Amino acid sequence: MESVQIQQKEKRHPMENLLRMDRMPHIWCTGCGIGNAVSAFADALAILDFDLDKVCVVSGIGCTGRVAGYIKVDSFHTTHGRAIPYATGIKLGNPDLKVIVISGDGDLVSIGGNHFVHAARRNIDLTVILVNNFIYAMTGGQVAPTTPIPAYTTTSPFGNFETPSNVPQLAEAAGAVYVARWTALHMRRLTYSIVDACKKPGFSVVEVISPCAMYYSRINKLGDGLDMMRFYYDHSMIKHGEPTDHLEIDYQKEIIVGKFVDRERPTFSESMKKWLEG
Amino acid sequence: MHLRKREKPFGIEKPVPAKGELIIIEDRCKGCGFCVEYCPNAVLKISESFNSKGYHPPEVVDEDDCRYCGFCQLVCPDFAIFTVEKESEVVEG
Amino acid sequence: MNEIDKAFLTGTHHLTGSQACAEGALSAGCRFLGYYPVFPSFDIVVRFAERIREVQGVLIQMEDEISAMAAVLGASWTGKRAMTVTTGTGFAQMAEHIGLGVMLETPCVIVDVQREGASEGNPCSPGAGDMMQARWGSHGDYEIIALSPNSPQEMYDMTIKAFSLSEKYRTPVALMTDTAVSNMKEQVKIPDLKDIKIDTRKYYKGKKEKYLPFKYDLNDLVPPMVDIGKGYRFHVTGLTHDERGYPVMDDACQELNVHRLIQKIRLFADEIVDFEEEKTGDADVVVVSYGATSNDAIKAVHQCRKEGIKAGSFRLKTVWPFPEKKIAKLAKKIKRFVIPEMNYGQICLEVERCARGDAETQFVFHAPSKVGESDHITKLIQKAMKK
Repeated sequence: MESVQIQQKEKRHPMENLLRMDRMPHIWCTGCGIGNAVSAFADALAILDFDLDKVCVVSGIGCTGRVAGYIKVDSFHTTHGRAIPYATGIKLGNPDLKVIVISGDGDLVSIGGNHFVHAARRNIDLTVILVNNFIYAMTGGQVAPTTPIPAYTTTSPFGNFETPSNVPQLAEAAGAVYVARWTALHMRRLTYSIVDACKKPGFSVVEVISPCAMYYSRINKLGDGLDMMRFYYDHSMIKHGEPTDHLEIDYQKEIIVGKFVDRERPTFSESMKKWLEG
Repeated sequence: MHLRKREKPFGIEKPVPAKGELIIIEDRCKGCGFCVEYCPNAVLKISESFNSKGYHPPEVVDEDDCRYCGFCQLVCPDFAIFTVEKESEVVEG
Repeated sequence: MNEIDKAFLTGTHHLTGSQACAEGALSAGCRFLGYYPVFPSFDIVVRFAERIREVQGVLIQMEDEISAMAAVLGASWTGKRAMTVTTGTGFAQMAEHIGLGVMLETPCVIVDVQREGASEGNPCSPGAGDMMQARWGSHGDYEIIALSPNSPQEMYDMTIKAFSLSEKYRTPVALMTDTAVSNMKEQVKIPDLKDIKIDTRKYYKGKKEKYLPFKYDLNDLVPPMVDIGKGYRFHVTGLTHDERGYPVMDDACQELNVHRLIQKIRLFADEIVDFEEEKTGDADVVVVSYGATSNDAIKAVHQCRKEGIKAGSFRLKTVWPFPEKKIAKLAKKIKRFVIPEMNYGQICLEVERCARGDAETQFVFHAPSKVGESDHITKLIQKAMKK
């Protein structure tokens, strides 16, 4: 009871030991789901009970790219799209580290698409948390490779006509060993997915569907962050094991969530170790 | 044959629901409304007051309804609300 | 024999420039090579790959040069000495990450085996077209260190020096070589481990809670570094940042961060700059050269001296930072600089800038096909000095 009273007096949120409190409040907008992804990640780290000194978070550029700056572990805010190769260098330089990449859809699937595919192919032991808000938010709301047809964005003022990427399909085809998707409201399921992804050796991807209150929802007149969150959650359907080619996200339609891929493959480090030993 | 007393089903103590106490860090709140919307027991509502950034933080309607599920703590993107477990009262049969 | 000893092939070996570079890297303690295969830098990788099992290093062929450089930066932060090898086309791609390396103050070495021409150019021909790119290739304000070896022995020695400088100044260092030097073969002397002088990055030794990633020492402007995974819980970013490593967007921070990075090299340029002078004491004309061209330039100087022309040689061993003061001083004494280069005029622009009109500067195109020949340089000097 005493500890509770101390908590009350100091008003310390239980996740504060994992966050850089000297930088709070963070920069994300009202109703943005990135905070939820960070909350789930922090919760997952608490459940996993990893040695936090050995955890390293790498992120790219963008709204989600700022995540590295708020988590109190060794973290890197690198260049646009290159979080995955940077993390590869870290993991191969010190295989004892647990390296996690947290970045956005544009960062990981557009400019970073090549690296995403190859790291999955090689099965580098990384956990990738991809926050998908269907837009390039930080730079002003431009169309992203995940923007559904025919959403409006600042660079698709007459509606997007490009076919969007299907992230879980891309990850599975490239060779990822664990692929899951949840919305930012499926907090507990997301937390446990992140736990599973971190525990699993190899390239794991957890996609988080998040509202973008400032750009995607405003330009498309979809309400505020809460309205979008409500929509995504209400229109999500859990279908574990669904074939990934069924997982396209159409504009304001049903979103299939769940765990889609969970398989075993030798990791890059395991194969390289065998090769080094001859 | 004797009647089983309602207070002790299957011979064990009647389950006592957990109770939580809410701590809202108002200046961190950005007024998104997730906690209010998704509290299973509608313990919170958006307040009329402002925090230092001009947002309306949540306020507690009736703390007795809080069941310490922890969802507001989980779902808040700004780490502005959390719950601590209240000492549970023994329910007299 | 333990792992470190296996990395050292102490003795004299008949090696090509590429092989010597790989051996130099191994002697310097480099245990991470992230690369993308491109001709002609590939030979360095081949040698490294042949030796890697003995030294338990990491070799990874990345999907492109961009990711190769990113992986090298990541590996460097784990405490490993890391290197990448490429040519002009790849160096251009790595530009952004060289900027990130400078900003995050990451020690690493980039070996650029230059080839001729813009774009794909002539892959089999040596060139020196990236000399300016080494200095100005990335965006924004920054300084870089670039070395230029002219023989396999220098490839060995300068690779070690490159690692040493990168560790001491916490900056990426470029080793600018070319197909000619990397294919030369000669006896290369590899010393004992105890005879190698190499600096190691300055590690922070204070309390973990008090660690500030970019709090620098006033006497060398270099902040102490830590490795990932040792409990320092630091954050670093490519955005302009303050001592804590957190992004701050104002003029004061730009001064504290970016200007300091520039001064970190500029103020200590005198210690970094390395050159070889020959017969410049009484010279009327000085031939400024570097890399493969320098072998022919020095031959031309000797030939000129035989014919009575007071020629001297100034060979750049570090190309960047450029030896501005030395060139300016020489310019006051001599009549003319002759700068043969395997490009259409890059370092000659620097020489001209530093000479400030005190001496004439003359550029000579040293065609790649003329590597090994010095007559055209000699003739040009003779013609110029007759005027």
